[in-house]
Amino acid sequence: MADRKIRVLVAKPGLDGHDRGAKTIAAVLRDNGMEVIYTGLHQTPEMIAETALQEDVDVVGLSILSGAHMTLFPRVKAALEERGMGHVLLTGGGIISKEDMASLADVGFVKLFGPGTRTDDIAEWIQTAMEARWKNEEVSG
Amino acid sequence: MDASGEMAARLLSGDRAALARVISWAENADARYPAVLSAIYPRVGHAWRIGITGPPGAGKSTLTNELVATLRKRDETVGILAIDPSSPFSGGALLGDRIRMEERTADTGVFIRSMASRKSHGGLARAASDACDVMDAFGFSSILMETVGVGQSEYDVVAAADTVLVVLCPGAGDGIQAMKAGILEVADVLVVNKSDLPDADRLMMDLEDAVRMRTVRQEEGGWVVPVVACSARDETGIDDVIAAVDAHRSWQEAADLAGTRRAKRVAQVRRVVGERLEEELWGRLGNTDRAEALLGNSVTPYDVAEDILTSVLGSARDAAQADEV
Repeated sequence: MADRKIRVLVAKPGLDGHDRGAKTIAAVLRDNGMEVIYTGLHQTPEMIAETALQEDVDVVGLSILSGAHMTLFPRVKAALEERGMGHVLLTGGGIISKEDMASLADVGFVKLFGPGTRTDDIAEWIQTAMEARWKNEEVSG
Repeated sequence: MDASGEMAARLLSGDRAALARVISWAENADARYPAVLSAIYPRVGHAWRIGITGPPGAGKSTLTNELVATLRKRDETVGILAIDPSSPFSGGALLGDRIRMEERTADTGVFIRSMASRKSHGGLARAASDACDVMDAFGFSSILMETVGVGQSEYDVVAAADTVLVVLCPGAGDGIQAMKAGILEVADVLVVNKSDLPDADRLMMDLEDAVRMRTVRQEEGGWVVPVVACSARDETGIDDVIAAVDAHRSWQEAADLAGTRRAKRVAQVRRVVGERLEEELWGRLGNTDRAEALLGNSVTPYDVAEDILTSVLGSARDAAQADEV
């Protein structure tokens, strides 16, 4: 890969209207050298998955504060898989309990971030995860 | 079938994920891209490519969204390439043009791709022309390309588009701004957006004057740049913008579309050669910059450049210089 960048979709699913967190994360990821697509508020799982497909992103990060994550996150995952985008690295953040985090991990959201997370930790986690994936791709051709 | 052949076949069969992936390959200068392009290139050349440029905040994305709506009403399919700047410091980018095109996401006749300008400074990304070729081969009838919109020197869009819209809005400078080199030369159609604002008439008049001054010196039968008013937010005047694009298309088709496109393809070849040369050159040359001598002021950057050129081009250069003399 001569000139590859990590492409991340930062999306706000559902009805909550608080996007300061999402915007902050988008800016932090940009400052860490990633190409971040931000789509604004009130996205349906289908819109998120369709955007991920058109933009060919490596990562989808969901931000949610409404408490509907147990419904919406698995739907995003399903909509992605419907479009052949099951390979995308999934993460997210918001007000999510430990128990919920554990069950969302089973759906594919292996790492979720709660309040108080250092923003650089998020960037670092994505960076590390993507580097590992790309290395794998090279090995397997 | 190899990876490139398989991807090309998927793209030509209408697989949108393949379209998205091939654009990524073009963007990343992936080794698999040239073979895909070869396979799909026979299908390139049917889409009309519309470039949309203008200063930040003029309403490029909002207008793009409205143009798409109008084109969709007459059953066109539309590919959109929205380019935003990359940070020269981190290399990252925040791509937010989709926010104003949200209602198009669910439409299967529309495909939106955001692209970071990366190291390019002419208003487009390096891979913008490639992305247009790929969307063209996929089968979209129109392609809209929205530039970064940071300066008055966004010339790349001229090479990549069939029709260039320059979008301006009132309150962003006087008539002299409009007459500065760049804006008029780039435009095939001048669009005054936010036409509900008080100074819109004035801007229209300034632009019309500027166009007239240029038209006087122009050959007969040349294209006279129309000035069109619209309000993308209020959805007024959008049909007029489309009508101006259609008129420009008819004019070009009657004049010399093949000639214009030939020149653009040649420009594309030169761009690719330039990029490849630069990459290979510095890859092979290694440390020939003579940094220490430069720092000691014993040679100038021009001296070093001269030596490097001579060592690279060698006898070819001597022959060319002999011809010139």
